[in-house]
Amino acid sequence: MNVLDLVRAFFGDGAHWHGYDGIPARLAEHVTYSLAALLLAAVIGLPVGLVTGHYGRGGNALALIATAGRALPSFGLLVLMVLWTGLGLVPVMIPLVVLAVPPILVTTYEAVRTLDPSPVDAARGMGMSEARVLFRVEVPVALPLILSGLRTAAVQIISTATIAAYVGLGGLGRYIIDGLYQRDYEKVVGGAALVASLALSTLALFWAAFRLTVSRGVRARA
Amino acid sequence: MNGFFDLPSDLQYSYAGLVGLHLREALIPVLAGLVIALPLAQLCVRFRWVYPPVLGLTTVLYSIPSLAFFVVLIDYFGQSETTVMIPLGVYSLVVLVPGIVDGVRSVPRETLAAAEAMGFGPLRRYLQVQLPIAAPAIIAGLRVAVISSLSLVSVGMLIGNQGALGNMLYDASTYHLPLLAVNSVLTTAVLGILADALLVLVRRLLTPWMPRKGAAR
Repeated sequence: MNVLDLVRAFFGDGAHWHGYDGIPARLAEHVTYSLAALLLAAVIGLPVGLVTGHYGRGGNALALIATAGRALPSFGLLVLMVLWTGLGLVPVMIPLVVLAVPPILVTTYEAVRTLDPSPVDAARGMGMSEARVLFRVEVPVALPLILSGLRTAAVQIISTATIAAYVGLGGLGRYIIDGLYQRDYEKVVGGAALVASLALSTLALFWAAFRLTVSRGVRARA
Repeated sequence: MNGFFDLPSDLQYSYAGLVGLHLREALIPVLAGLVIALPLAQLCVRFRWVYPPVLGLTTVLYSIPSLAFFVVLIDYFGQSETTVMIPLGVYSLVVLVPGIVDGVRSVPRETLAAAEAMGFGPLRRYLQVQLPIAAPAIIAGLRVAVISSLSLVSVGMLIGNQGALGNMLYDASTYHLPLLAVNSVLTTAVLGILADALLVLVRRLLTPWMPRKGAAR
């Protein structure tokens, strides 16, 4: 049997579509963890990135924070947090947020800092306040890059949330980890296919968000 | 079994042995990724139409979760180091190609014309002009690839204890030894930070003309 046969067998089995361990339930759990982590990371990363980028200061500090965040292994952090705080959502959220903040922070900072200065100066010359300069001029023009930072973060969160199953949480990783322990390769491959398609759907969602929110003038240059 | 660096014997490795294994499992894929990325990027620079599809494909490949990637490869390579290293190589490739393409493309036309006027052939022009000017972009890509590769190796623990330093996490949770997990996380993080610092140093040595103050990233 090759991988495609296994995927077909997994999705064809009616038992995988109902109840506690059914695909809809696990998918909902996975999406919930991922959205919560992305939201938390965005609440931390976006404001800091926007403000530091606007004033063009603190780049070195941000680079240090981002390097440290990337260097911490998410899987190790997850196991460590569970050992320290016990099972639950908090020990899973910490590694996911640590993982997602660096791409959001660094991309947002770079996106705002490296903008063409002439429209920003023009806005200031028209008498816009600093906040208006940031939100009416800098954010719309920097939006493609900011979105790409959020996209990277989202995809990495979805990928890493799979590992939460190792410490007893739900989500699509359940199928992979349980399948590995039960030597049920059909389940493993089915779970892998589900996570991969969730990640790819996220890419598509961000592409749609890009088309909807980025103004046409900016899109043409991007 | 009292010292911080003494490991349970079922790990089959000493602390230094695990560090060596971890470095090997993380760095060989990055090296392989670089070896494939250089010609691929050159292809994208030469033939402009190749780049958009390559960029799309790399974005899609990068979004495939590591655990999903590992388990699908088990069918072909078993629960082995190869199974861990192939996805890491693919991720590195994906991070490196866009960086190298942008770096090589950023070489000004006049510079290339000057090299040609000095009698440089295409190969010499590539090695002595384009690559050095693209070096900062290549190293920026390498930094991301190396640090994420080092961090991802640990996940290999889930497929038959192929996670080097990550294998300590298994013992940490079965024997309830939080210190062992602290050791694993800190060692991996320190390896990542050291590798990153080393790459920054290499960039400074390779590009003495660059300003000293680096930007974020």
